[in-house]
Amino acid sequence: MMIEILIAVALVGALVTFVAPNRIAGKLAFAISLVPAALSVWLFAAFDGSGNALLDGELAFESQAAWLEIGDYSISWFVGLDGISLPLVVLTTILCTLAIVSSWTPIDERESQFYGLILFIEANLIGVFSALDFFLWFVFWEAVLIPMYLLIGIWGGPRRKYAAIKFFVYTNVASLVMFGSFVSLVFGLGDSVTSFGLPEIATAMLAGGPEGFFGLSGTTLASLAFIGMFLGFAVKVPVVPFHTWLPDAHVEAPTPASILLAGVLLKMGTYALLRFNFTMFPDQVEAYAVPIAAIAVISVIYGAMLALAQTDLKRIVAYSSVSSMGYVILGLVAYTQFGVGGATFQMVSHGLISGLMFMSVGVIYNATHTRMVTDMSGMADRMPIAVGVLIAGAFGYMGLPLMSGFAAEYFIFFGAFGSELLEYAPLFTSLAMFGIVIVAGYLLFALQRTVFGPYRLETDYEVGRAPVHDVASMIVLLGLIITLGVAPDLIFTMITDAIDPIIQGGGL
Amino acid sequence: MALFQLPEWAALAPALILAGTALVLFLFDSINPRSTNRALLAGTAVAGSLASLAVAVWFTAAGVGATGIENYGVIDVMNGQFIVDRLALYFMIIISTVTALVAVASYDYLRDHTYQAEYYSLVILAATGMSMIAASNSLVTIFIALELTSLPSYALVAILKDNRGSVEAGLKYFLIGALSSAIFVYGISLVYGATGSLQLEDIATNLSTAGEMGGLLGLGILMLIGGVAFKTASVPFHFWAPEAYEGAPAPISAFLSSASKAAGFVLAFRVFTTAFPLEATTAVIGVDWTVVFVILAIVTMTLGNFAAATQENVKRMLAYSSIGHAGYVLIGLAALSTEAGDLVMGAAMMHLLVYGFMNTGAFLFVALAEYWGVGPTFEDYNGLSKQAPFASAAMAVFMFSLAGVPPFGGFWSKYLLYTETVNAAADNTILLVLAAALVVNSALSLYYYSRLVKALWIEEPLLDRDRLAQPTGLYAAIIAAAVMTVVILPAFDPIATAALEAAAAVVG
Repeated sequence: MMIEILIAVALVGALVTFVAPNRIAGKLAFAISLVPAALSVWLFAAFDGSGNALLDGELAFESQAAWLEIGDYSISWFVGLDGISLPLVVLTTILCTLAIVSSWTPIDERESQFYGLILFIEANLIGVFSALDFFLWFVFWEAVLIPMYLLIGIWGGPRRKYAAIKFFVYTNVASLVMFGSFVSLVFGLGDSVTSFGLPEIATAMLAGGPEGFFGLSGTTLASLAFIGMFLGFAVKVPVVPFHTWLPDAHVEAPTPASILLAGVLLKMGTYALLRFNFTMFPDQVEAYAVPIAAIAVISVIYGAMLALAQTDLKRIVAYSSVSSMGYVILGLVAYTQFGVGGATFQMVSHGLISGLMFMSVGVIYNATHTRMVTDMSGMADRMPIAVGVLIAGAFGYMGLPLMSGFAAEYFIFFGAFGSELLEYAPLFTSLAMFGIVIVAGYLLFALQRTVFGPYRLETDYEVGRAPVHDVASMIVLLGLIITLGVAPDLIFTMITDAIDPIIQGGGL
Repeated sequence: MALFQLPEWAALAPALILAGTALVLFLFDSINPRSTNRALLAGTAVAGSLASLAVAVWFTAAGVGATGIENYGVIDVMNGQFIVDRLALYFMIIISTVTALVAVASYDYLRDHTYQAEYYSLVILAATGMSMIAASNSLVTIFIALELTSLPSYALVAILKDNRGSVEAGLKYFLIGALSSAIFVYGISLVYGATGSLQLEDIATNLSTAGEMGGLLGLGILMLIGGVAFKTASVPFHFWAPEAYEGAPAPISAFLSSASKAAGFVLAFRVFTTAFPLEATTAVIGVDWTVVFVILAIVTMTLGNFAAATQENVKRMLAYSSIGHAGYVLIGLAALSTEAGDLVMGAAMMHLLVYGFMNTGAFLFVALAEYWGVGPTFEDYNGLSKQAPFASAAMAVFMFSLAGVPPFGGFWSKYLLYTETVNAAADNTILLVLAAALVVNSALSLYYYSRLVKALWIEEPLLDRDRLAQPTGLYAAIIAAAVMTVVILPAFDPIATAALEAAAAVVG
């Protein structure tokens, strides 16, 4: 019941906020969003699951109810959490609350609609991470698109219309490809599955895979489905060469939407890759490990190089996300406990760090109305605390020890280097490590020019101290980043607990 | 069992109630011609259609007309001229729901109209005809019911007598309608000539004796398909639709494109499954008639979508989208096979029901815009969400639902249509093309549907508007349709069951 309450609070909250007067919408949405945040922390404390949700694990907060039966397949409301999804749910609720706080300053028109949409996204994101029936999951997955499309389109920057439609078309086409692949896979499984429950499908896949469909042999069908789904999720992650919607969406989106986009929406892609491709298709993972690793390394290096070439702070952070998501893919394809576990840890860690970075850029933009590196310098002089937190966050990004970024990247490299499944693993890992150098390069370069040195600003705005609520939410994020960096076991234990069955399913 | 003390004709109650309501409205009109007592007239029409709806739902729930249940068998009226089974009741539900929504919305739309009583009685008469079509079981009664539907519809399209567009649309509709009626009647005569019967079951029994008149029968069937194509606005008799929908008062466009289309489909579903069972008919005429529907479905959906994408006028866009949706529903007949087909036909029926809400709602929003005096093009709709956020939110729901995006009702029915087509394609590979056409067209349709959402929510208004009035009736109808479009998704099970039972009533 707990997950239902979580989703229901956000959904009803969204409706209430939508009809509330603009004046109080921000505070109201904040108050409402505290409920799922607090509840999810409680879920975290009361978590009693073990194993992987798809592979006979003990689910926490499970609930299932029949929904509909058509032909040979039944569809149900089926939610539950395991060690992979729980940290992501907590990440979602916390980031949503902070995103709401960070909207107080920049959003000054149609507030009730804005905050209503944020809460609506929150409900669907919780649904994406907790749904265990393909159908239910897909409904939540797609339902995230519409509010994000509107957030970018209505409250975005000058090129918002282009960015919004590009975001929508890219991700929707990707979803259709993925959807078609998965449904044909389920048909191919024939009588061995009677529902769209993910555990049942995963079990059937591991027990022998599809029998074939329309004259395609079982193996061919599985490979095609694997590739189709990988492409579908790859757009969402995004990996090079499907990343071009991301910088446009980020640059045009209002800051709070960017926080959610980078912090949680990108994780939907990697989460789905882990849940579907890397759990259900161990044979295909092995067969396609090298090309996937190549894509991952290219994303890491190319994303970082693109970030290096930017002068817009938001674009820098946006491209650096492409790079960071490359690490996640590398960790997944390594298929070792540390690799896959590290990738999952990186999803959470990157959610926090990129959230913090976008928040800082937003704070600077709110005060200066520019994001161009060349337009400003010496911001530390005017907003010392906010800039201090920003610098700390940037170091987290670079992987400074005792910050969550370090733990995540260390796990991934450690896991990837010794991978048995991936050929040339040491080569791929070493190449990817080179990305860290570039990250340090562009972050330090950008910081040096914007926040250090003598104070200078090209736009006509008075820059004072950052608002307290913005600084407070940045400090909360920084605190979480450091906590996870000091004690990664807080979540890493439950993650590896849920990862182990996957790896064993793959025969390692 | 109390039900069975009623005479048998009471089974036709949903249609009879509508007929009675129409007579009552005539009575009002004869007592007080030119009455402008809108509340009384609209109230009577709404009460009548709701009563019809309630009875149809009650009959469905009580098990009237269910096949295979002892004592609850199909009810024949007048020696099988009419038949009340699940199929008839299901479509009576759709028709009376749409009629109720249209009547509620007309309360405001007709505020300055001279011929109030005529309008409502014509609407209810047309609805009576549609309900009779659903229950007709002989080509004669079908034709009579069809004319009872068509004649009031012609008048309704042209009811804005001082509006050139409306009159012109009425004339076009009438001319094409008269032509297609003639073709339909000629088809009936050919079928009668070949089989010597008009009652549907008797036609099926006499098929084998048609012998060498197979060609004649084939021609007759082709002409019947022509009549169906007119009523459902499918290729090749679709071109009246954009003109008629554009010129007609918007509530009438909603009525014609939802209820009238449903009536056309129930006619097709019943005639082709009962009178021309696939195997026997193919043996006589030498061609499988589903081939015609495969071609019609593909051409109709593609043509509708491409034409809709190029429109600048919102009503015309909706008209072409309505043609596209007729193409989707035609799959229900195209994918029939000798072994099965009830699933895919059931899915098509579900789509018609969901369509009854989302399409009616969309046209009613246009009615609201006309009420406000907003112009006809996409640009004229720019920025309406600022003045009317609730109606605009409802319209966004309709648009996304029509495009088949979760989490709205349109997603379910389209998805089920897709999977059942793929399932049926296992026996008949040509259906894969149909499934592919469905997906591609659905993806494409998002372009023009989202264009309207963009206009409403994202674009800036071209000129400043004053505060817009909030007419109660129109708002109530639109919000009700939107709520239903959303609620259908979680509550799909009863609808799916009803539709599948309806399909099972005619498909073996």
